[in-house]
Amino acid sequence: MKKIQLHPCGNFNESYDRELTIFSTDFGRIWAIVGIILLLSVPLMPLSPYLIYVMNITGIAAISVIGLNLLTGFTGQISLGHGAFFGVGAYAGAILATRLNLPIFITIPAAGLITAGVGMIFGVPSGRLKGLYLTIATLAGQFIIEYVLVHWEYMTKGTMGITMPMPVFFGFTIQGDIPFYYIIFPLLALMLWIAVNLIRTRFGRAWIAIRDNDRAAEGMGIPIFPYKVFAFAVSSFYAGFAGALWAYYMGSITTEPFNLSLSVEYLAMVIIGGLGSISGSIFGAVFITVLNELLRFMTDSLMNSAIVTQLGLSLAPLREFFYGVAIVLFILFEPRGLAEVWRIVRSNFRLWPFPY
Amino acid sequence: MDFFLQLLIGGLSVGFVYGLSAMGFVMIFKSSSVLNFAHGELLALGGYFFLIFITVVKLPVILAFIFTLVACFITGILIERVFLRPLIGEKLIFVIMLTVGLAAMFKGIILLIWGGNLYTYPNFLPEAMGFRLGVVSIPPVYVATFGIGIFFLIIFGLFFKFSSQGIYMRSVADNQRAALSLGVNVRRVFALSWAIAALVAGMSGIVLGIINGVNVHDLSALGLKVFPVIILGGLDSIGGAIVGGLIIGLLETFTGGYISPSLRDVVPYIILVLILLIKPYGLFGLKEIERV
Repeated sequence: MKKIQLHPCGNFNESYDRELTIFSTDFGRIWAIVGIILLLSVPLMPLSPYLIYVMNITGIAAISVIGLNLLTGFTGQISLGHGAFFGVGAYAGAILATRLNLPIFITIPAAGLITAGVGMIFGVPSGRLKGLYLTIATLAGQFIIEYVLVHWEYMTKGTMGITMPMPVFFGFTIQGDIPFYYIIFPLLALMLWIAVNLIRTRFGRAWIAIRDNDRAAEGMGIPIFPYKVFAFAVSSFYAGFAGALWAYYMGSITTEPFNLSLSVEYLAMVIIGGLGSISGSIFGAVFITVLNELLRFMTDSLMNSAIVTQLGLSLAPLREFFYGVAIVLFILFEPRGLAEVWRIVRSNFRLWPFPY
Repeated sequence: MDFFLQLLIGGLSVGFVYGLSAMGFVMIFKSSSVLNFAHGELLALGGYFFLIFITVVKLPVILAFIFTLVACFITGILIERVFLRPLIGEKLIFVIMLTVGLAAMFKGIILLIWGGNLYTYPNFLPEAMGFRLGVVSIPPVYVATFGIGIFFLIIFGLFFKFSSQGIYMRSVADNQRAALSLGVNVRRVFALSWAIAALVAGMSGIVLGIINGVNVHDLSALGLKVFPVIILGGLDSIGGAIVGGLIIGLLETFTGGYISPSLRDVVPYIILVLILLIKPYGLFGLKEIERV
């Protein structure tokens, strides 16, 4: 029986292995298991289908945001084209499912791979550009992909959209929010596991080195360009994976949602959650999705209450406003995001009653 | 030939407006290296301020124009003071995201007050200002745009070349720390550059409002058109903004006229990627770009 470890008051790691551990004490591991059990039992609780729906779209957003965080938070490449990659994944999944009648467990990873290919093409400018210029290049990517999605009518049916077939998983037809919940969250856990471990490998270390100082990284013998393109590929894989999942969940897709504001929304999730923090990606996805739903709920109820119909109509843009305010406030007051808030809260509990 | 001429004139006038709106963008980048994603919203603000002054307050045109510019100037100072100043020295992504957040905020406020409707100004430009070139007639608005554009180009050229504040701006852009240690008031320079940028944006907003009417969605979409323009012209060249605007405007109208109207909106971005790969510092930009 292993000895149960407690946290020391500070950083006393004696080897690199210890620094790389995910669960530094067994306490965290126990809580993780409790969390997983809680998550799995959520649909058994008497919750409204709407809440399950919100959880599902949060889960999908979280997968996509983990990808963007790998690219932006860990490799330091700001991308404004993530929403478009999400769209590429959705369309790739939809086309594979409708044209080739492939089953769901092939289409989703395949859509991820296709999107990774597209992402690598748009990652090529990173070989020559960095910083602002690369951001603008990804912005151009966003518009070009959007254009292709709308106008390549042979494949994407243009503005008509594609209706997805019901996904069949080992003979069971998946339909409704709760079955999708059991598809989305295990996949989220899987992608989370992959991301957390990817960061601990040589690839992740190299990405962090490139983010912190690309010239020093090159001096250390890291070939920068292949690693950057790889970061684009992995990030797009996550986006495409989430996009295909989203296409299945929504049942039909059109080109409209995959616009610049979706890309901005993902970037906002990364920043509000915490740059360079995998758990932060999930915090950010939860925060923005819940904020969106709250604001929608607020404006809807204002519009439906007969007294303020006119006022309620003009309150719809409040959503956009609060969304902007949230981004601005986080950047001004807690630039390291919710992950940092969580860390502070946790360490307060851990160190209590000693204030250091 | 007539069609060609028509496209040429159309392209040049659209391009000039692009260039004009890109000028404010370049101002900010030139002195503080901030990419302003809220530029489209600044344009819209200018358009709506003018709308208030001319339809609600019912000022004469010239006064309304001046008041709008003053209001934009103050808005610019406030933006810098409240939002940008705490971020001096922070990472690039935070500054970029802050302007993205500002864009959402402003758009929300504008939509809240005016809604998504299209407003038009009363017609106040004299017909005599427009003229005909063969079969193609040039409306007075474009003549006015051209005049305003040239005027501001000269003013800014002189400002950066000769005025002390302009020289401070150049020095801050060149090396912030060195400028600081030599006694340049960097904060004032930032505030001033945001104020002037907002002023130029407000002016372009008025011009655009005269041409197409004022609508927040159209104007903020135009704020994104600025990126191809300034990358082509060079991120820190005001003259380059105008030239880039003209080239992008011509490209757009000619693709729209001869190839396909739907390709019109995406061509600037394809050009943008190509320029970034071939000549990232643009036509007139400073060549000191950081390559990998």
